Amino acid sequence: MDNAIAWILLFPLIGSIACALLGMVNRKLCYPISVLSMVAATWASVETLFQAVASPTAEVSYIFGGWVLDLFPRGVGIEFRADLLGALIALVVVGVGLIVSMYAKLPVEKETPRKEALYYPLFLLQITGLAGIALTGDAFNLYVLIEVAALTGYGLIAIGSNRAAAATFNYLILGTIGASLYLLGVGYVYIKTGTLNMVGIQEVIATNGLHDSPTMQVAFVLIGLGILIKMAFFPFHAWLPNAYSSAPTTTSCLLAPLVTKVMIYVMIRMVLTVFGVEFSFESTLWSEFMPWLVVIAIVCAAVMALAQREIKKMLAYLIVAEVGYMVGGVWIYNYYGFIGSIFHIISDACMTLCLFLATGIILRACKTTHFDGLRGLFSKMPLTMIGFFVGGFSIIGLPPTCGFFSKWYLITGGMVAERWEYMVVLMFSTMIMVVLFFRLIERIHLAVSESGEDLGKGHGDLGLTKEQTTFEEAPLSMLIPLLLAASIVMIIGIYNQEVVDQIELFLAPFNLPKGTGH
Amino acid sequence: MSCFWHHLTSQRGLGTKMSEAVVIDSVTPTVELLAPWVVEDIRPLIAFLVPWLGMIGIMWAGEKRPNLRETFTLVAAVIQSTVVLSMVPVILNGAIIECHVWQIFTHVPLLLRVDGPGILFACVASLLWIATTVYAIGYMRGLHEHAQTRFYSFFALSLSATMGVAFSANLLTIYIFYEMLSISTFPLVTHMQDKNARTGGRTYLGYLLFTSLCLLLPALSWCYVWLDGGKVTMDFLTDTGKIGFFTEPTQIILLVLFTFGFAKAGLMPFHSWLPGAMVAPTPVSALLHAVAVVKVGVFCVYRVYTDVFGPEVLAKMDGEDWMMLVACATILISSLIALSQDNLKRRLAFSTIGQLGYIVLGATLATEQGSGGAVLHIAMHACGKITLFFCAGAIFVATGKKYVSELRGLGRKMPITMGAFLIGALSVIGLPPLGGFISKWYLAMGALDRDAAWVVVVLLVSSLLNVFYLLPVAVTAFFRKDETDNEPIGIKEAPWACVVPLALTAVGCFVLFFLSDPLLRLAGIKD
Repeated sequence: MDNAIAWILLFPLIGSIACALLGMVNRKLCYPISVLSMVAATWASVETLFQAVASPTAEVSYIFGGWVLDLFPRGVGIEFRADLLGALIALVVVGVGLIVSMYAKLPVEKETPRKEALYYPLFLLQITGLAGIALTGDAFNLYVLIEVAALTGYGLIAIGSNRAAAATFNYLILGTIGASLYLLGVGYVYIKTGTLNMVGIQEVIATNGLHDSPTMQVAFVLIGLGILIKMAFFPFHAWLPNAYSSAPTTTSCLLAPLVTKVMIYVMIRMVLTVFGVEFSFESTLWSEFMPWLVVIAIVCAAVMALAQREIKKMLAYLIVAEVGYMVGGVWIYNYYGFIGSIFHIISDACMTLCLFLATGIILRACKTTHFDGLRGLFSKMPLTMIGFFVGGFSIIGLPPTCGFFSKWYLITGGMVAERWEYMVVLMFSTMIMVVLFFRLIERIHLAVSESGEDLGKGHGDLGLTKEQTTFEEAPLSMLIPLLLAASIVMIIGIYNQEVVDQIELFLAPFNLPKGTGH
Repeated sequence: MSCFWHHLTSQRGLGTKMSEAVVIDSVTPTVELLAPWVVEDIRPLIAFLVPWLGMIGIMWAGEKRPNLRETFTLVAAVIQSTVVLSMVPVILNGAIIECHVWQIFTHVPLLLRVDGPGILFACVASLLWIATTVYAIGYMRGLHEHAQTRFYSFFALSLSATMGVAFSANLLTIYIFYEMLSISTFPLVTHMQDKNARTGGRTYLGYLLFTSLCLLLPALSWCYVWLDGGKVTMDFLTDTGKIGFFTEPTQIILLVLFTFGFAKAGLMPFHSWLPGAMVAPTPVSALLHAVAVVKVGVFCVYRVYTDVFGPEVLAKMDGEDWMMLVACATILISSLIALSQDNLKRRLAFSTIGQLGYIVLGATLATEQGSGGAVLHIAMHACGKITLFFCAGAIFVATGKKYVSELRGLGRKMPITMGAFLIGALSVIGLPPLGGFISKWYLAMGALDRDAAWVVVVLLVSSLLNVFYLLPVAVTAFFRKDETDNEPIGIKEAPWACVVPLALTAVGCFVLFFLSDPLLRLAGIKD
C-alpha cells in the first residue's frame, strides 16, 4: 500500500471513533475493535519501515491534502515524514500498543468497570498521538500531537482510582507548562525562519546563517526546556512516579514504555533535524553542562528507586533514571552515544513494557505490588516471574538481552567523547539496578521475608502456605502478551545488528564525531 | 549441514594469519601443514546445546520421576563428553575447529572456535560433569535435598555456559557466556534458601557482577572502539597483540581491568565470593567452584594474556610484573588463610584460591612453558581438587561432619574416601607420580625462562604451605583416635554413588601423570 504511513495514524483513529460509537451499543465490542485496529496499524507500520528502507532517500513522505511543499522556505502543507528513525519509533509505539491492547481485556474490566466505551477510545487516541509524534515532519503539528497524547494521557490516568485524580492534576499542570514552553519556542522559530516544516527550518538556518541569532538561541532553550519537562528529566520528574503508580494497570503499561521515550525521540529530532548538529552542539553550551545534569539526574533517580518498597513506584523512578541515560547519550555528542540513545529508546520501551505487564499480573494475583506480597511467588507463577526476570536482566544490562547492547553503545560513547563522569554514572546506576532486581529476585525466588529472618524450617520449607505454593498462572490473555514482550527483549538483543544498521544509516549524513585518539 | 556452515563462514574475511589457511570440510587430514588450518564444524555448538536439551528433559521429568530426571542429566553429560572428545584428534592434528553462530555485532561475530587450551578445558569440565552427576545422585538423595529438579537444570545450564567460554573465539563471545555462567550458578549457590545461602549469594553476585559490569565492560568497549579504527573483531587468533598500538599507560589500565574484571579467577582482593559460595551443596562446590566456574575465570585471564595481549606486547610492558606480584601474593596469603580454617570446605576453598593464583601466575609469565603450565594446571588441579571436595561431601553424607577437628579416626571407617583424599591432597601439593607435579614443574620452568627465580621460591614455599594445610586432614583421620566415639570400628562409607566417582577421580590423578603426553601437546608445550 502506498500510503501506509498515513494508515498508521488512521487505523487507531478510526478504531477509537468506532469504539466510542459501537461501545455505546455494546461494551464488549471495544476490546476486539481496539486489538483489530492495532493489528492493522502494526502492519501499516511494518510496511512503512520496509518502504523507508527500500526507498533511495531512506524516507517516506506523505502530505495531507496534497499542498505544495516546493516553495522556499519549504513548508506550507502538513507533512508526515518517516525516515528510518521515525519509522522505527512508530513501529515501537504501535507494537507496544498492540501488545498492551491484547493484554487490556481483563484489567480494564476489573479496574474500570462499565467504562470500556470511555477507556478504549482514549487508549487508541493515545497511540494515535504518540505515533503521530514519531511521524510528523512539522514543528507545529508536533505540538498538536503532543497535546493529543497528553490530554488522552490525563484521561487514561484519572479514569482509575481517586488517588489517580490528584496525580493527574499534578501531571496536567507540569505537562501544560512543558507543552507551552515548547509552543513558545516554535513561535520564535517561526518568527525568525518563516516556516514550520522541520527540514524547512533546518534549510533556513543553514542558508541564512542563523546560528548566532539570539532569537533562535532563545527558541532552542524554550523548546529544550519544554521537552525536558515532558520527558520527566530530573528535576522535572515530579509528575511521573505518582501518575504512573496510581494509574490503572493498562494505562501504566502503555504510558510508561512510550511517553518518555517518544519525548526523547523528539529531542533527538530537534537536535539533529530541526536545529542541526552545528547549531545544537557548537552554537550552544548544552553539550558542556548537560552531561553533568545527567549525572545528577541518574544518581538521584537511582537512589530514589532504591528507597521504594513498591514495584510500580520503583519502576517509575527507574524510568526517570533511564531517561537520564538517553539524554546523556545525546548530549555527550558523539556517534556511539547517539546509536546508544536511539537503540535504548527501542530497548527501554520493550523492557519497561515487559516489567509493567508482569507487575500488572502481580497486582492481579497478590492484590498489592508491595515487596511483601512477592514472597515465594516463583512457585506460584513461574512463567510470569521469568518474564519479569528477563525485563530485569535487560534493565541491568546482561547479555544477550537488548539492554546490554544499548548500554554497550552508551558506555562506548562516553568513552569516545571522554565524558568519564557519564561512564562512571552508568556503572553506578548499573550496580543500583543489580541491587534493585536481585533484592526482588531474593523475595520471589528465595522467599526472603521483610525482616530478613528465615520463616521456614529450611531444607526447602520456606514457611509458605499451601495456597502460596500452588501453581496458579495468570490468565492467558495476560500471560501471552508478557511472554511476547519478554521474547522481544531477547530477540532485539540477539538481532541488535539489524536495528543498529538502520540507526547507522539514519545517522550517517550528520557527520557525528567518532573519536580519533587512543 | 556442513555446507550451510561453510556458506556462513565463507562470507567472513579471515584475518591476516589465516589468509593462507585451507578451509576443508573433512576431518583427519594426512598432510602436515605449517599454518593451523580451519575445519568448519557444528560440533562445538552441539556441545554447547546438549545441556539445554538435557535441561528440558530434566524439567519434563520433574520431581515425580527422579530416576528419569537423573538419566537425562547423565545422558546429557555423556553426550557432551563424547562430542568434546571426538574433537580431540582433530585438534591434536594441528587443526582448529570453527563454528560461526551469528553476527551479533558490527565486525564482531558470535564465533565458537576449538583450539588446544579450549578443548583441554572443555574435556576436563565435561568429563568431570559425568563424575559429578553420579556423585550428585548419591549426595542429593543421601541428604534428601529439596528442589533437585531446579538443581540439575541449572547445573546443566552452567555446563553449557562453561562450554561456551571454553570455545569462545573472541572477547565479546567470552563475555556473553561468562555472564550467563554468573546468572545460571546463582540458584545453585543459594540452593539451601536460608539466611546463610542468601548472604553467600549476595556476596557471590555482588563481586561477580560488580567486576564484570564495572571493570570488564569498559575494557571491552575500549578495545572495541579504539583498536584498528573500530574495525577490530577482538578475535583471539587474528587480533593478538593489536593492543600494542595503545600507549603504555592505556595498556596497563586495560591489563588491570581485564585481570581483575574476570573475578571468577579469584585473584585477591576480589576472592571473597568463593568461600561465600561454599554454602552450596557439595557437588556444586566440587564441579563449579573447583572446576567449571573458577577455571572459567582463570581461562579468561589466560586468553587475555596469551591471545589478546600476546607475549610480545607483555614483554615490553612494566605493568605485567605487578600482576605477577598480585598472583604470588594471592598464592601465599590464601594458603596462610587456609591454614587457619577448621571448616573443611572453606579450607579447600582458600586452597582453590591459591591454586588459581598459580594459573594466573603462569599466564602472567608469558613464556611458552609458563602459559602451557597454566593450561595444564587447569586440568591437574581440577582432578585433584574435585577429589578433595567429593571426599568432604562424602564425609558429610556419611557422618554429618564438616570440621577438620571432627575427623579423628575417620580413616578406619571410611578408608576409600580418606585414601582418595590423601591422593588428591598429594596431587594438589604436587608430588610425583601424580598429575599436579607436571603442571607445577612447567610453571617453575616457565619462571626460570623469564629469569624470575623468586617465582620458583614462591612456588616452593606455597607447596610447603599446601602440605601444612592438606596433610593434617588425612593425618587426623588416619592416625588420631576419637576418644568420644564408642561405636565399634567398622566400615561406614557414603553411598556407592558418592564413593565410586571420588575413587575414579583419585585414580585420574595418577592417569594424568602417566598419560600426560596429549595434554602437553594440547597445552602447546610439545609439538
